[in-house]
Amino acid sequence: MSHVSLTLARGDIVGLLGPNGAGKSTLVGMLATLVSPSAGEVRFGDRGAGALGGELRRRIGLLAHELYLYPELSARQNLTFFAQMYGLDPRGVVDQALERAGLSARAEDAVSEFSRGMRQRLALERALLHGPRLVLLDEPFTGLDDSAVSLVAERLRQLAAGGAIVVLATHDLDLADGLVSRVALVQGGRLAVDEPAAPGLRARYRSAIAH
Amino acid sequence: MFLRTALLVLRKDAAIEAKSWEVLTTTVFFAVSAVLVFSFAFVKEGEPLEDAAAGILWIAVAFSGTLALGRTFERERYAETLRALLLGPAPRPALYVGKLLGILAVLGIAELLLTPLVALLFHAALFARPGLMAALLVTGTTGFGCVGTLFAAMLVRARSRDVLLPILLYPITIPVIIAGVRGTSALLASPPDEATAVMWIGILTAFDVVFVTLALWTFEPLMTD
Repeated sequence: MSHVSLTLARGDIVGLLGPNGAGKSTLVGMLATLVSPSAGEVRFGDRGAGALGGELRRRIGLLAHELYLYPELSARQNLTFFAQMYGLDPRGVVDQALERAGLSARAEDAVSEFSRGMRQRLALERALLHGPRLVLLDEPFTGLDDSAVSLVAERLRQLAAGGAIVVLATHDLDLADGLVSRVALVQGGRLAVDEPAAPGLRARYRSAIAH
Repeated sequence: MFLRTALLVLRKDAAIEAKSWEVLTTTVFFAVSAVLVFSFAFVKEGEPLEDAAAGILWIAVAFSGTLALGRTFERERYAETLRALLLGPAPRPALYVGKLLGILAVLGIAELLLTPLVALLFHAALFARPGLMAALLVTGTTGFGCVGTLFAAMLVRARSRDVLLPILLYPITIPVIIAGVRGTSALLASPPDEATAVMWIGILTAFDVVFVTLALWTFEPLMTD
């Protein structure tokens, strides 16, 4: 990636859009501190990511294309492990997360037995377990049915309303339309468009790619 | 926070292992099979080749250890869970320590079976000086495990990780294997040469200190893309 300058503000739901291979996931990885830029830096407030370390990572929640769940462990074991990794008391937190994911009845089942949609819902709760202020989502609607999509979209709106920054990398422009408050179009490793969202996202996205 | 995270990772790996027994079973099965095959080659008419036991014990530990390293990190690769661990707020070297403790636990259990098996099949007095033998195994296994855990973690996203791991690992851990073999041979001598064994234990301890320190220092930069 090069020449990417993007400022994210609390309450934003930023739609990170772009064709395959444009660099969306790389940019998400950089924001998550998992990928180090060879030049330039990601700043959080007035400090660089390197200086903040664990203090910063505690405030980031990432749902990537791979779901970061252990298939051999149950839904409860997965959430309990990640809650403890964030220094949380798993009692209560895990039950609430399972309820939000609609998986309370399957809490003791191994994740390998879940459908893609169930895993996706569980992975979203895993990413949000610690109340992150920067929420990074790479294709969060994959495998979800319509009702689950609505629930996730509503959850993202609530997070943004609560002051979190939500970054949503997606190909699904119809789902992003009406949800995102800002559009950042990545193309060929560069930021082609950064503007407030407006209705008719699909038409404008196609138009931006054509130019 | 550091130790707590390392123990959490260890406990999580133990919980996964308790569901499948995959890593422990394959490691122990491979190690025992290797020793049995060697026993057919190096024991003639009930008499083992002189000093064969020490070499076979350490070769079995090294080969089965490589297998365990690969399988353990394969679990973290499957759903990219290593990245989720790296994303957590805990100091990243604590993740390395947690994975290392898991590897050492698996190899420790394998050695509990291997050592008496080698002693039995090769008529080797491995338990003549149990304290020194245990010290050799602990320091040698730690040396092998600390380098192996770092390389296995580094290679978790590499396409040819199964080929690269032994290519990178063995040249660096050869001193560990040699020290283990020489120390064990000293203990198997008649009478046991304790001073030589202690010297090799000292060398292994120095190796462990250097490489654990290096691994803790380099783990975070090596794991960031």
